[in-house]
Amino acid sequence: MVVVKRRSDALTQPRYSRDDVTTLSDKQNEPQWLCEARRAAWDVYEQTPMPHMEEEWRRTDYRSIRWQEADVMISANGVGEEVVPAKNREPLVGDTQGGLLVFVDGKVVHHEVAPELTEQGVIFTDLNTAIQEHSELVQANLGKAVQAEMGKFAALHAALWQNGVFVYVPRNKVAELPLHVVIYNTKEGASLLHNLVVVEENAQGTVQVDYASAEAEKHSAYFGGTELIVGDAANLRYVSLQEWNRETYDFSHQRAIVGRDANLDWVIGNMGSRLTKAFIEVDIVGKGSNARVSGFFFADKNQFFDLDTQQNHNAPLTTSDLLFKGAAKDNARTLWQGMIKSLPKMQKIDGYQVCRNLVLSDDARMDGIPGLEIEADDVICSHAATFGTLEEQPIFYLMSRGIERPHAQLMLISGFFDELLQRIPFEKVRERLTEEIEAKIVG
Amino acid sequence: MVTTLEIRNLHAQVAANGESILRGVNLTIKQGEVHALMGPNGSGKSTLANVLMGNPQYEITAGEVLLDGEDLLEMDTDERSRAGIFLAFQYPVSIPGVTLANFLRHAINARLKAEDPESKGMPIPKFVRMMREKMNSLGVDHSFAGRYLNEGFSGGEKKRAEVLQMAVLEPKIAIMDETDSGLDIDALRIVAEGIQKLTGPEMGALVITHYQRMLDYITPDFVHVMMHGQIVESGGAELALQLEEKGYDWLREKYGQPEQA
Repeated sequence: MVVVKRRSDALTQPRYSRDDVTTLSDKQNEPQWLCEARRAAWDVYEQTPMPHMEEEWRRTDYRSIRWQEADVMISANGVGEEVVPAKNREPLVGDTQGGLLVFVDGKVVHHEVAPELTEQGVIFTDLNTAIQEHSELVQANLGKAVQAEMGKFAALHAALWQNGVFVYVPRNKVAELPLHVVIYNTKEGASLLHNLVVVEENAQGTVQVDYASAEAEKHSAYFGGTELIVGDAANLRYVSLQEWNRETYDFSHQRAIVGRDANLDWVIGNMGSRLTKAFIEVDIVGKGSNARVSGFFFADKNQFFDLDTQQNHNAPLTTSDLLFKGAAKDNARTLWQGMIKSLPKMQKIDGYQVCRNLVLSDDARMDGIPGLEIEADDVICSHAATFGTLEEQPIFYLMSRGIERPHAQLMLISGFFDELLQRIPFEKVRERLTEEIEAKIVG
Repeated sequence: MVTTLEIRNLHAQVAANGESILRGVNLTIKQGEVHALMGPNGSGKSTLANVLMGNPQYEITAGEVLLDGEDLLEMDTDERSRAGIFLAFQYPVSIPGVTLANFLRHAINARLKAEDPESKGMPIPKFVRMMREKMNSLGVDHSFAGRYLNEGFSGGEKKRAEVLQMAVLEPKIAIMDETDSGLDIDALRIVAEGIQKLTGPEMGALVITHYQRMLDYITPDFVHVMMHGQIVESGGAELALQLEEKGYDWLREKYGQPEQA
């Protein structure tokens, strides 16, 4: 255990050891390949310094985290799904659900899946169960998109993830009914869950993941990993809504790999946490594919969101369309760093990358850094970051029709987000985000 | 009771730089009356319209405005609207992401809630019916309702949207700030006929215009001429015709340059 002293007794990194990795593997009775993968990840973790001034980290100071609170592994203490607030449990994508998987403090407290999906060969279960029951399938896909080498916290995640979800839609199958995952913590401390979604060739699926936790005083840490494997000619719609309590530090790597002639529609909502550092990446590896990423974020009080997005065009004739829209009020800070990359000679690619920011107070700060690295000449790529504030003349205009000032402001802010909400193919997700906007403005 | 708006010795300046614009405006408008306000560019007509609505770009330095004896200048912009004042803007701002229908529904519900805090607002079917009727009577295409407010609207569409809002909100005193400007003759006819339908015993109007042609549709009871931040001449409808014919030079000679503040 390495403990570096900094001011008083504050820890500069979490207190984990190689023994924790072994203990976890043993406890979960994991197959050899997984034990080895975890140990290899631990090696990477040990060899990697805590992130500090690297380009993707130098604007993000997570050092306010109290590791002595945040690194304590959360363990379940018998509470059930009744503790999960209704809004987080409510299915937002589609009326009839194909499955529901609820984690409370890392433990599965509810699991159901529609028989018609199971009959088709669709797998929707927690990752630990999947490893026992579908070891080869998991092995073939785990780590395809997110690897320990991606960074300190990716390595920690790969070494110590506790459980997670496994979604598998086999070749040529359409999982019409959406699958819903709820990850909810009532306790303070560390959690590490892994989401592995595999949609095979010519298959289709829809998944919603909700992250939330009860209000707390102590710090928590979430080390997340999400892998979306979209096969050739496959379709995946994936919605993730993050609403951790205000004392949670969220470090996550989320990456999609999109095959040939496939479609990914990815919706991300970032409302909660004290600090979020998310790496969101789409790799388009097959010709003729489209990826759309729509990101919503709204930071208030002392929140800090750092969203790094990357669109990799590794095949010709591919389209990526990324729109993030966010607001910050009080003394919140947000940062978006975007990048579109192409391999050499990937012609006829169309990449779009825009982040629009609405700054709602003098003390809030928002930054946006778009980037392009394109090594082809027959391409359409656009990128931009825009910044605005609430202007007095539109408020005056709305008020001149009898609308009170706070309501006028709310209308303008909602209007700002409308462009993003209209891209989201689920009405209830739009409604939920609209409620979040109102809550943030009032709160 | 007939609503009365009384403007007494009103002085106002640009908030940003203290430039004096209104230099003692006196005018009384009653519900049911149509007043035309004319005058050269820069004489303060638009400023008067904006000051009456409470535009924060301007500061009042002297004078008062009473609405049925109540101090209008003490009210916030939204209260003035709910009290029955309406301004059709010369250059309405666009509001991305807010549809015209949604906007008007909020405006109506704000009124209902001000009257009765328990009000749940106008039921949507009733609102839709009302909107359709108003749009029909003004010759406005129904697709307008679903469009973002003024976003990508042509000049004529913006002005028609202003008149539509006026029709929906049924003000007691409406101020129209060059609602005829920037329109071709067909668009002008549509807009002016729309305004004509709205004027009557229920609505008083202050119609700010440069041109007689708007007044061919809306016959004013009174015509006022503003110069250098004051109303310098008032008369009947014939004054507008006189101005059309002779321009403003004769008034400039008659009233000279303004006193320096």
